[in-house]
Amino acid sequence: MTTRARIGAAADEHGERLLVWLPRLRRYARALVGRREDADDLVQDTLERAWSREDRWQAVADMRAWLFSIMHNLHVDGARRARLPLVELDESAAELPAPPPAEPLAVRDLQAALERLPVEQKEVLLLVALEDMSYADAARALGIPIGTVMSRLARGRERLRALMDGRSEPARLKVVKG
Amino acid sequence: MSGAPITEADLHAWLDGQLGAERAQEIEGYLAERPEEAARLATYRRQTRELRALFDPVLDEPLPARLRAAARPAGRFGAAWRAAAAVALLVGGVAAGWLLRGSVEARGLGAPFASSGGAAAGDRNSLARRAAVAYAVYSPDQRRAVEVGAEHEDQLVAWLTKRMGAPMKAPHLQALGYGLEGGRLLPGGQGPVAQFMYRDAGGARLTLYVSNEPAAAGRHGAGPSARVRSAPEVPAAFQFSREGTVNVLTWAEGSFAYAVASDAGRDELARVSTEVYRQLGPAR
Repeated sequence: MTTRARIGAAADEHGERLLVWLPRLRRYARALVGRREDADDLVQDTLERAWSREDRWQAVADMRAWLFSIMHNLHVDGARRARLPLVELDESAAELPAPPPAEPLAVRDLQAALERLPVEQKEVLLLVALEDMSYADAARALGIPIGTVMSRLARGRERLRALMDGRSEPARLKVVKG
Repeated sequence: MSGAPITEADLHAWLDGQLGAERAQEIEGYLAERPEEAARLATYRRQTRELRALFDPVLDEPLPARLRAAARPAGRFGAAWRAAAAVALLVGGVAAGWLLRGSVEARGLGAPFASSGGAAAGDRNSLARRAAVAYAVYSPDQRRAVEVGAEHEDQLVAWLTKRMGAPMKAPHLQALGYGLEGGRLLPGGQGPVAQFMYRDAGGARLTLYVSNEPAAAGRHGAGPSARVRSAPEVPAAFQFSREGTVNVLTWAEGSFAYAVASDAGRDELARVSTEVYRQLGPAR
């Protein structure tokens, strides 16, 4: 009985630990995926995956990097695998009214430009811009070397600038040594 | 100045506040002499600001219930209520099994499946019946309700996909209060059938039975979207039946036939089935 109570308390605590990150996982997913439903699906998958690995939580030093790495893996898997057709459907989507064009034009442009970034550049850019992640944390979350984080960030920012300027190709960057 | 060459990476690290004070000063000196570069970095800084302006409002949105549930242990199988749920399930399960037994005998399930003829309605009934029997047999089982547990969901899905010869996926029903417990492979009328088992916070179980013998659920004229439009709550092609104490909702979609079985009420089944349909529905 005491063991049970302990497990229950630990689970509650873990739930709180996840809940804390929920808004930020949603913000990032929305920027990454675009559509609200799809983004929330990704968040839900992330939470479920996190729970399925509850036994490892003790060893997780940086919960944020861990959760974002789960989301990254799920997103990459989902994008790469020609998506099981079963996952795709969102019947209600076709009937949802288009979002009201409330945002100013420039903001819509930014979102459109963001959607045209290669996913690996977009991920780095968003982790740094939205999450204010250090390059080291972003490297951990994405499972890539820190040098790769920096080069993707540079390329992503420049491409975004080019897209916003209406240029199709980014200006050539100076060669980065090292 | 340290004199170390200033790279593109340094400029970004400066922008993101990831440099030490001394190095940051060097960058600032460098930029002061290069207005074009400074302007480019100012653009990057503006990007960050605009991204925040665009997406920060998400932080203040009310959290969807399904995500709240998925984040909380309550939506899962917390330990606190487990003992009580076990007793309830045992009693409920035995009762369900007993009552179902009567219904099965009455309908002659004991006889070979040859009796189901081949007419669409008969097939549909046999689908509902098989789903109900599978529910009644496995749902009361505390220790071995599933063959592969939800903690191995990836393996479960890969395995069922392979054995069924078609992509399988366990719908996520957390938002409705049901956690995936796992699944198993069962013999259907002509081949394998997949059964996914779910459990709610009170310990009540619910199964999704998936067959890729399309005849099993009969044929429907209306396309899926037409169905949903005509009745947004419950697609018209959902067919409800009651097998003993087990309630079953069946429908067909593409080359699949589905049955959701539970001893929950009809409305609850419709709610769950609608969500399952939404997640798995018209695939191809």
